Amino acid sequence: MQRTSEARAHLTGALWIMLSAVAAGASGIGHANAADAPVDAIPSTFAPVSAPAESIRSLSFLVIGISGGIFVVVTAVLFYCVWRFRARPGDDREPPQVYGSNQIEWSWTIVPILIVLVLFLATARTINELQASEVPPEALRVTIVGHQWWWEIRYPDLGVVTANELHLPASRDGARRPTYLHLESADVIHSFWIPQLSGKTDVVPNRRNLMWVEPHTTGTFLGQCAEYCGTQHAKMLLRAIVHEPGEFDAWVAAQKQPATVVGAVADGRAIFQSTACINCHTVEGTNANGRFGPDLTHLMSRTTIGSGAAPNTPENLRAWIASPDHFKPGALMPAMQLADTDLDKLTAWLLTLK
Amino acid sequence: MTTASTGTMAPPGAPPAIPSPWTLPDKGKVGMLLLIVAESSFFAIFVIAYLFYVGKSLNGPFPADVLELPILGSICLLSSSVTIMLAIRALRAGNRSGFNLWWLATILLGLEFLIGTGMEWYGLIVRHGLWIDTNLFGTTFYSLVGFHAFHVTVGLLMLTVVLIFGLTRSLAPEHAERTEILSWYWHFVDTVWVVVFTVVYVVGR
Amino acid sequence: MTVLEEGIVRPHAAPERASAWGVAHDWVTTVDHKKLGVMYVASALMFFLIAGFEATLIRIQLAVPNNDFLPPDTFNRLFTMHGTTMVFLVGMPMFFGFANYLTPLMIGARDLAFPRMNAFGFWLFLFGGILLYFSFLGGDGLYGAGTAPDVGWFAYAPLTGKAFSRGNSTDYWILGILVSGLGSTGTALNLATTIFTMRCPGMTWSKLPLFVWLMLVDCLLTLVILTPLTAAQVMLLLDRYLGAHFFDTQAGGSAVLWQHFFWFFGHPEVYVLIMPAFAIMNEIVPVFSRKPLFGYPFMVGATVLIGFISLSVWAHHMFVVGLSPAANTFFALSTMAIAVPTGIKIFNWLGTMWGGKIRFAVPMLWCTGFLFSFVIAGLTGVMLAVVPWDWQLSDSYFVVAHFHFVLIGGLLFTLFAAIYYWFPKVSGKMMDERLGKLHFWVFAAGFYLTFVPMHFPGLLGMPRRIYTYEAGRGWDELNLISSLGVAVQLIGLSFFLWNLVRSLLRGEPAGDDPWDAWTLEWSTTSPPPEYNFEQIPVVHSRRPLWDLKHPEDPDWRYE
Repeated sequence: MQRTSEARAHLTGALWIMLSAVAAGASGIGHANAADAPVDAIPSTFAPVSAPAESIRSLSFLVIGISGGIFVVVTAVLFYCVWRFRARPGDDREPPQVYGSNQIEWSWTIVPILIVLVLFLATARTINELQASEVPPEALRVTIVGHQWWWEIRYPDLGVVTANELHLPASRDGARRPTYLHLESADVIHSFWIPQLSGKTDVVPNRRNLMWVEPHTTGTFLGQCAEYCGTQHAKMLLRAIVHEPGEFDAWVAAQKQPATVVGAVADGRAIFQSTACINCHTVEGTNANGRFGPDLTHLMSRTTIGSGAAPNTPENLRAWIASPDHFKPGALMPAMQLADTDLDKLTAWLLTLK
Repeated sequence: MTTASTGTMAPPGAPPAIPSPWTLPDKGKVGMLLLIVAESSFFAIFVIAYLFYVGKSLNGPFPADVLELPILGSICLLSSSVTIMLAIRALRAGNRSGFNLWWLATILLGLEFLIGTGMEWYGLIVRHGLWIDTNLFGTTFYSLVGFHAFHVTVGLLMLTVVLIFGLTRSLAPEHAERTEILSWYWHFVDTVWVVVFTVVYVVGR
Repeated sequence: MTVLEEGIVRPHAAPERASAWGVAHDWVTTVDHKKLGVMYVASALMFFLIAGFEATLIRIQLAVPNNDFLPPDTFNRLFTMHGTTMVFLVGMPMFFGFANYLTPLMIGARDLAFPRMNAFGFWLFLFGGILLYFSFLGGDGLYGAGTAPDVGWFAYAPLTGKAFSRGNSTDYWILGILVSGLGSTGTALNLATTIFTMRCPGMTWSKLPLFVWLMLVDCLLTLVILTPLTAAQVMLLLDRYLGAHFFDTQAGGSAVLWQHFFWFFGHPEVYVLIMPAFAIMNEIVPVFSRKPLFGYPFMVGATVLIGFISLSVWAHHMFVVGLSPAANTFFALSTMAIAVPTGIKIFNWLGTMWGGKIRFAVPMLWCTGFLFSFVIAGLTGVMLAVVPWDWQLSDSYFVVAHFHFVLIGGLLFTLFAAIYYWFPKVSGKMMDERLGKLHFWVFAAGFYLTFVPMHFPGLLGMPRRIYTYEAGRGWDELNLISSLGVAVQLIGLSFFLWNLVRSLLRGEPAGDDPWDAWTLEWSTTSPPPEYNFEQIPVVHSRRPLWDLKHPEDPDWRYE
């Protein structure tokens, strides 16, 4: 009696654990589909907006199906064993001593081999479909350079340089516009990951990697560095902003302009040009030509500063210059030790860099 | 075919016979073989690094400019594998002085190899300005050849200890087994040299 | 070749005093495999609690977005030390501890082949671990986590170069593991030699207990893969201190080469870690199902196959590095292939339970938990082998969830099973069954609460090794639940620790063979005498004690 109720208690306990685990997991999926969340806020691999990510999702459905089937079957057998073959109380005789069965062994060897074959063929096909080997002539080319801890983004054919935000044209059926990204690193290994656009590809020093995306939905999509690269790996965020083709061209045109000269903030510009700022930063139209930090020519066209560390507001900008460590402890930009008035003037000038 | 027992059978009789005498391999031999396996793995990584970086140095000196085939050293080292076998054969036969002679020859040949390596390195460092930090060739060359030379050195130390045993008349034919196990280490070191020679002085040049 | 001599008794060197000093001296100077085995397991448990504490701090920091419980540097040191400790200072010594204690007993020998080297290996491991932990003292002090390494447990180049890792934190990582690794290599060599050369009469290869077979394959695998890690670490030291350029990308060196070398070690290493789990399953499941292990020859074959294939899958950790399609395809195939023998093992365990009379004592509870968890772990592993999907999943929390399922739901569950199972043999006392069951249910609940939800942030784009994350990305509640699960696990662990202490002090006497088991260790007293067996046994089958207990129906008629 005691052993039977024990076994039943064990099964019940197991069921509770499983239910709580599934509930815990399901709550996550539920939230991802909440109607109130903005479309781009959740970088879900199951909400792709671009060709490579879509192929990957389709493949994942196949794999989930097969894995789910295996899980159900094996777990069912396990639970059956636990229930059916538990020792009854008082029964001390040994059961029949079975040593094995070649037939059974071969059957549960062959079937998994066949399943592996199916999975492998699907995998091989998708690898070939997705791995970029060369850049087609109509593609938009972008060079991404990973730094500790920000992203340099260059459009070599268009003469545009920006940071942390990747602007892309949407691809339409009549006007396909894939974007091919050359990935490089200025220091250590990083990884470029915007889940809704594509799988990630590492950014490795002394190596050039190539990947491609082809988004067809406009909007802003989130991502971040996915290879541990030091202190502020967590705050090396990415934004992909997909435009209608006309809007994208307008953005490019605006980015190609040098910094506007506004008389009212000439003091700030003077401070910038005579301080160490120019060692690290570039602003087209000034003498600043540094490459260690992001290009600031169109700083105010970006939504965040510090590679996603804070929203790009005047207060944050001023605070960042005073002490980057406040937003991003360990960031490689030093606190500039400027007097308050100088800081105000500098910030006022930077705010004109639209 | 499922094999099963149901527990109600006639008395079983005697179990199948055990091989008699029950002999198992010697601990020392198995231990040394496994050590050689682990060491081979260690060297393999340095060899792979060497091959990976062939031709990739950004600046000179380059192998073809500075490396000469270490013919004499190689002959000495490889011959020492022969002399060590002769030494053990002598020990097995109870020939103490023969053992001491061939064992000493082994040590001297190994020493000559090390001296040759030292002279080669002197030339490379002083005349050609090649050190481990000079370029990829320097890095992979000194590490691979250096670790091999280190293993030769350790081997020579062990061989010298055994020579002392031999000279003080402490060795007898029953020690031939253990001595042979030590010789396997020496043969391993020689085999690694064959690989290093091929990779560094033939393929890599 | 030598003939095994019977009845060798090594002289017992320690004096017969019970003073604390005498006992300590005995343990510190011992070369007895049983004492060393206990010391290995005890040290592993100590490091396990430390690494668990590190994990607890990590999960507190990640419980809510933009948390400031830990500064980034401290967090980065903690996850590095957590991973490094669990792999090298918990997993490996658990393997060597159980192998050390049980192998001679199971093969009818009196000790390992090289007892002094055994002791040397243990002390190298312990001092390597202490060296690694010494790194916490220094720099910014304990709250800033000192100068502990912060490069991740796999220490990718060039982050580990002098240019990006100033100071000595990376050197502690290198040297602590290098020293420990030398000890591990020696012990693996020792165990393998023992199994080859010291089996008792009659114990041919086909009569070897499966536990011993798996330990043998594990030791051989260790011998092949651990020295490559040593080599890579030496290369890194040369880079850092002699200006070498192995991984110096500025001089034309390759960062990817470090990854190849590390993962050539690193992937088989996880098989080295998990094989003891399989070995433990092979002993416990049959005894509590009251049937022999189903399919012994296939289990041996599957194990050897896993050993070999595991040497060919390493680049599945590098699918996102930008290897060629051919390389990606090859490694996808080899990785999927290794799932086949692993699956065979699971089916054989189910086949052992099938038709049995299963007693759900605490060891069997853990083994059943293993079966459920390991199926999940294996399936998420297959998902990761599907290369294009891996391009999304790699380096995300999905991977973290996967390998914690393998290592906790797989390895740790069976380690608990092993402790409950062999504790009576080692100490002569039984562990408390009720506390054991509490431990199981509470800890398992906490484990699932933490690690099932953890898969989903990965699918929603959360990378690993980040000290904080933005709110509103769908990761918030999932991370909170994962963190809460830690509290439940800690409660479960406290039951375990209390059970250990209580049982050591006041446990029920166990007797020689409390589980009615069949392998040789149960034929001697609990605890065994220092010389293990009064007479070296002679065996005729895989279950010598079954033959003795059932003379009318012995195994050797059917094997």
